[in-house]
Amino acid sequence: MQTVKKIYVSLIFLFLYAPIGTLIVLSFNASKTRSKWGGFTMQWYASLLQDEVILDALTTTLLIAFLSALIASVIGTIAAVAMNGMKRRTRTLLIGVTNIPMLNADIVTGISLMLLFISIGLRFGFGTILLSHITFNIPYVILCIMPRMKQLNPSVYEAALDLGASHITAFFKVMLPDLMPGILSGFLMAFTMSLDDFIITHFTKGAGIDTLSTKIYTEVKKGIKPEMYALSTIIFVTVLILLFLVNKTPDKKEKTN
Amino acid sequence: MQKELIKLEHISKSFDGQMVLDDLDLNIHENEFVTLLGPSGCGKTTTLRILGGFVNPDNGRVIFDSRDITNVPPNKRHLNTVFQKYALFTHMTIADNIAFGLKIKNKPKSYIDDKIKYALKLVNLEGYEKRMPDSLSGGQQQRIAIARAIVNEPKVLLLDEPLGALDLKLRQEMQYELIRMKNELGITFVYVTHDQEEALTMSDTIVVMNQGYIQQIGTPESIYNEPENAFVADFIGDSNIIAATMIEDKLVEILGVRFACVDTGFGIRKPVDVVIRPEDVELTAPEEGTINGVVTHLIFKGVHYEMEVMANGFEWLVHSTQLTPVGTKVGIRVDPFNIQIMNKPESEDEEAVALEL
Amino acid sequence: MSSSMKKLHSLYTDKSGKGKLLAAPYVFWSAFFIIIPLCMILYYGVTDKTGAFTLQNITAIASIGHARAFWRSLLLSVVSTVICFLLAYPLAMILSGMKEKKHNFIILIFILPMWMNFLLRTLAWQTLLEKTGVINGILSFFKLPSLRIINTPYAIVLGMVYNFLPFMVLPLYNALSKIDENVINAAKDLGANKIQTFFRVIMPLSIPGIISGVTMVFVPALTTFVISTLLGGSKVLLIGNVIEQEFTQASNWHLGSGLSIVLMIFIILNMIVSALLDKED
Repeated sequence: MQTVKKIYVSLIFLFLYAPIGTLIVLSFNASKTRSKWGGFTMQWYASLLQDEVILDALTTTLLIAFLSALIASVIGTIAAVAMNGMKRRTRTLLIGVTNIPMLNADIVTGISLMLLFISIGLRFGFGTILLSHITFNIPYVILCIMPRMKQLNPSVYEAALDLGASHITAFFKVMLPDLMPGILSGFLMAFTMSLDDFIITHFTKGAGIDTLSTKIYTEVKKGIKPEMYALSTIIFVTVLILLFLVNKTPDKKEKTN
Repeated sequence: MQKELIKLEHISKSFDGQMVLDDLDLNIHENEFVTLLGPSGCGKTTTLRILGGFVNPDNGRVIFDSRDITNVPPNKRHLNTVFQKYALFTHMTIADNIAFGLKIKNKPKSYIDDKIKYALKLVNLEGYEKRMPDSLSGGQQQRIAIARAIVNEPKVLLLDEPLGALDLKLRQEMQYELIRMKNELGITFVYVTHDQEEALTMSDTIVVMNQGYIQQIGTPESIYNEPENAFVADFIGDSNIIAATMIEDKLVEILGVRFACVDTGFGIRKPVDVVIRPEDVELTAPEEGTINGVVTHLIFKGVHYEMEVMANGFEWLVHSTQLTPVGTKVGIRVDPFNIQIMNKPESEDEEAVALEL
Repeated sequence: MSSSMKKLHSLYTDKSGKGKLLAAPYVFWSAFFIIIPLCMILYYGVTDKTGAFTLQNITAIASIGHARAFWRSLLLSVVSTVICFLLAYPLAMILSGMKEKKHNFIILIFILPMWMNFLLRTLAWQTLLEKTGVINGILSFFKLPSLRIINTPYAIVLGMVYNFLPFMVLPLYNALSKIDENVINAAKDLGANKIQTFFRVIMPLSIPGIISGVTMVFVPALTTFVISTLLGGSKVLLIGNVIEQEFTQASNWHLGSGLSIVLMIFIILNMIVSALLDKED
């Protein structure tokens, strides 16, 4: 039974990671077509550094992801704190609204935002992408903070006040540190979602600006540039190394569990 | 004594290389209320889980009704468990919870309905059939957990710290309830707890455990009055445990002073430990006692005063209904009958037990 | 001390609701970027180019081309959801039953692929599935018939399952890990065998996870236009493709909005069914 389980889990992971392996292999493929192996090469990594179109898209993608995750974290944190103090009915309503972008289809969210931006006459570009990404990121941040918020012991905040801290000090020194793990995972979640988004960006970007996703989509028909494979390999390996380093540092929490 | 129902033979179990039970032997009789008592990590819960079939022992056999059930899965054993924190099925009504085991056994509906009624009556929760577990208080959920187990008419009911999550008053109430239920059902209860008071109140037999070993088996009275070693003495109630020397039969030297006692057979000039319960220490006027001392601490405890008396380099714990202010010079006297002599730990394991203190 | 901080405290310690100021930014944001945009879809959906009220955009779903695309979307998304569920449930059971619960690590493993662009990952399946691709290479090595599913609905289902499987696994894993081990032990203790324990206790207790997993797979699968574009060639048109084209190529926003409303109706239907299922317990 144990071996059956192991085989099953391994097969699922093979299924999940096979395309990633394929892409990494393709990034070293000397042949320009996907379907043929033309020998090992590093040339796509070299030409990637010269490819301004891709590098531009990369910069836009990272900037959007970082800014939208940051702003969503701030708004989401304040929202979570505010929601916690609300009457039950108001809170349920607001949580319901918050869930809409997560439960709704991306295509509908994308279209709805596109219609909004058109009707208020906003020029499509970096700004509209950023606004859209903040909008679909906030729910993830709130989702990550809320459970921590519920665990919070109100007496701790009161104890800080009792010991002479001002409300500002009490918030920043007592409440915020307690919420921090939630905020951080919310930020990371938002960053990842933003990075991986295509559909909503597709409808809200306008001409003349591209994220990596939209760039790849336009390239699908004429063939993906191998530099794209090189870039995504670099991104993936970087994240992998970062995660490995984070996991290597001893985690006190893990041990007390 | 009733007929033997359960025999644990040479049971050993380790988790991740850590020995939890070491060569444990235990006999449980029909219609007996047995309590496994000990600090956390002593192996009491593991013993219960081995009985329930949730843990397989590394070595040894479990005999139930003269049948070897060591490798019988839990669903094929004729005993039922009341779990820590109740473990009710939150997605079912109270009635469905109680009916669970009977439905599995394909009992007829009328039989099941009767059983539910009977069980709810037994646990004093009539009319709760349609409620959901989440809408009940902790004490009520506990009763449902008991009802769910007993409708299957097990020969043995295993209870894993069932009162641990309840507050003090409710706990005391439930202790009486449990004794009443046991008498009504006439079955064997095996009860796990770390609460010595619970054990003393309810049990016919107490099994004191520590670090995977049984320290002592006996009635509540014998466990309390005649602890066999320092661990038991310390774990059950407060006590003065003092290193002493057995001069000869019925004479022991404690803190350099000779006391008469009643124990024999410890040899001559043998180092021993003595246990004296605080309520057995009598305070007298100075010079009238066996040792002289001074009261150093005094706390009012309601029923009695708790005092510490410094005498011959040892702080004696004393319970007395008489107020004796701090600083009073007193004498200490102990009735020979109340001096309990214990052998010093010999083996390494016993040493480990002693170090725990 | 700033007044907003004072308010923060008052709303945090006593639930008097004085802290509306603090909630204001988010309430404003969600009204402006969530509610109003949805209202705009509704507006566009029930008007024509002159702004007059019409239901044509919505009834257009019944026209042969649209109905076929919609039916195909529904079929493929249901099939994908079922496959995801069947694959994910045993996996979630195994993962939640692991002795050392490395909760974060397991979640990480499923999120990690997202750091490689999802379009590229989906495209990689083309390479794997091609006539002379890796998978057919392995199949022919074992003398098995080769797989020709690229540019067919089968490839789209594969793409959906691949992309959305994590969204099924994680909620199931979450729900199953939360089940107290003693509740399962209690079922066994009361005489239930493995199968009875599963269907009477484990499965019912994991319903919240099943519901959110099904929703998180079904909705994106029903509405996708990317996976069909990437793996279906241009041969298989889904309702998502139709809507996307109305917005980006045909520029008939009214029709696109009308069809989106139909989609939303199905999403809401799915949620209602889920909510009802959840209540039954």
